[in-house]
Amino acid sequence: MENDKLSIEVADLTVAYHDKPVLWDIDLSVPPGVLMAIVGPNGAGKTTLIKSILGLVKPAAGQVLIYGKPYEEQRNLVGYVPQRGSVDWDFPTSVLDVVMMGRYRALGWIKRPGKKERDTAMEALDKVGMGDFINRQISQLSGGQQQRVFLARALVQDAEIYFMDEPFQGVDATTERAIITLLRELRAEGKTVVVVHHDLQTVTEYFDWVTLINVRRIASGTVDEAFTEQNLRLAYGGRVAFLSHKQKQSDQVGSKQQG
Amino acid sequence: MTEILTLLKDLFTDYTLRTVAMGSATLGIVSGALGCFAVLRKQSLLGDAISHAALPGIALAFLFTGSKSPLIIVIGAAIIGWIGTMFIMSIVKHTRIKSDSALGLVLSSFFGFGLVLLTFIQRMPTANQAGLDTFLFGQASALLERDIVVMGVLGLVVLAIMSLFWKEFKLISFDPDFAASNGFPIQKLDILITSLIVIAIVIGLQTVGVVLMSAMVVAPAAAARQWTDRLSLMIIIAAFFGALAGVSGSMISSLTSRLPTGPTIVLCISFLVGVSMLFAPNRGLIWNWLRRQRNRRKLQLEAVLSNLYELAKQHGSIDRAHSKAVLEAMSPDRAESVDSTLDELQKRRWARVTTNNQWAITQKGWDEVERFLKESSKK
Repeated sequence: MENDKLSIEVADLTVAYHDKPVLWDIDLSVPPGVLMAIVGPNGAGKTTLIKSILGLVKPAAGQVLIYGKPYEEQRNLVGYVPQRGSVDWDFPTSVLDVVMMGRYRALGWIKRPGKKERDTAMEALDKVGMGDFINRQISQLSGGQQQRVFLARALVQDAEIYFMDEPFQGVDATTERAIITLLRELRAEGKTVVVVHHDLQTVTEYFDWVTLINVRRIASGTVDEAFTEQNLRLAYGGRVAFLSHKQKQSDQVGSKQQG
Repeated sequence: MTEILTLLKDLFTDYTLRTVAMGSATLGIVSGALGCFAVLRKQSLLGDAISHAALPGIALAFLFTGSKSPLIIVIGAAIIGWIGTMFIMSIVKHTRIKSDSALGLVLSSFFGFGLVLLTFIQRMPTANQAGLDTFLFGQASALLERDIVVMGVLGLVVLAIMSLFWKEFKLISFDPDFAASNGFPIQKLDILITSLIVIAIVIGLQTVGVVLMSAMVVAPAAAARQWTDRLSLMIIIAAFFGALAGVSGSMISSLTSRLPTGPTIVLCISFLVGVSMLFAPNRGLIWNWLRRQRNRRKLQLEAVLSNLYELAKQHGSIDRAHSKAVLEAMSPDRAESVDSTLDELQKRRWARVTTNNQWAITQKGWDEVERFLKESSKK
């Protein structure tokens, strides 16, 4: 079957909150081994798209296939990095504990994590440059460090496809570089990485595949094919020149502040 | 003093006192432990709704069976409390009403219904009706050994389930989306954990009463959070605080006649919350205040020392001394503290006072300034 060649296949996906469509009739075919950005304006349904693929939001219609089978059967192949702001970072737990949560699924019910899970978690923390922070209380982490902890937790899930919701949101330049290096490593290992992304300026540099949505799917394909000015205009409603100009400005302001 | 000793002796020998203490310790441990999950899941008010919603359950259990046996009352309270909770959860899920409004709706309507039933029971021409209204504010002295057995068994079951599903509860409390993406049935786990909280509350109703039982869910957890950053330790501390407040509160109320138990226990746990908020290391207010003071002091020291350093640099000599007025003029917003800061600098041998009462930086102070200038430029 041709389907087996695709890592993610979404057909006719429609999601509505209280009669208001958030996603409308989305079709998506993603080959394995790509680094894909999902871009679109605020409220376009980027997060909802990821969440409905992961079964966290119940779609009104449509189906999702992961390597040709329904998500429920393929959970083991999927890793997830939620938005950093979606959890309470004052929760009484340590960095190592959070990362070990990525092994809970593999552990199964009731069994507690042990030395093996600990070692796996430490390895992942080393990979994201957080090896010195294993016993740190999570409330003491900076935004960039929190993001790395979430990435490490996804790494120990040992997945084939990763969904990441705005991993670059509010992180420092060092973390951004560390994350993109890591994503490229994952791609080199043949994994598929889907990233909700905000910064249009870096799409061509970071990603090789892109999906533009604004409630409906505007375009999806390689960056060369899909990331065109016309598609951007369709997604952002004709304000793209103004928008990309503005984005440049805000980037400059941002880098000034950081520097 | 001798009174306290007698009281402590009675705790082990006196039947009533021992029963009361054991009962309130049990309720404190169970509600303290489960309360941690309620608080961490931002469901503090859920306890309030559950305990109020349980009141009609108590009345209905009596109406249907004519018995006031603790097991039957607890079962009635648990069933109606649980129904109330499921009501809240499904209102939030299926309507646009937010959870705080849903809590309020269920709490007041169930509690109102319970009060109506209680009034109705009190007017019934049977001899057996008295005493149900003690469930409003609780009455520890009415606890019997068989009550303790019921409480103890239920408590053990609740704590056993909690430790069995420890990993899963921790995960859904911290990051429910991640748990769901991993295939954990968060809705079922949600119902399970809430049901455990219902049982924890129901255990305490006879002692603390429906009106104030929610304090035993929220307060021990809130106090324990101040002392630790680890979930397991937080639960142990909360259980300990709950037991401590339960025992001391019910003993105080049993010493004085007509002092309702619930409010006394709640005052005890509130005291523990107050102490924790003030004195706990790291998170406590006093600790914070001390830390701020220390930081301010350090900044002041660095500021005055830097001024001396600048002056020495300008004049090209480390031995050139200046009057205090010059230093005060250099930091006008901290002028009044320059005196004490200079004393401290002298104590640390970072600055010295000359014979004509003028101030100069020392070599040691000079090195210190260079060190922190280097440090801050690195950042």
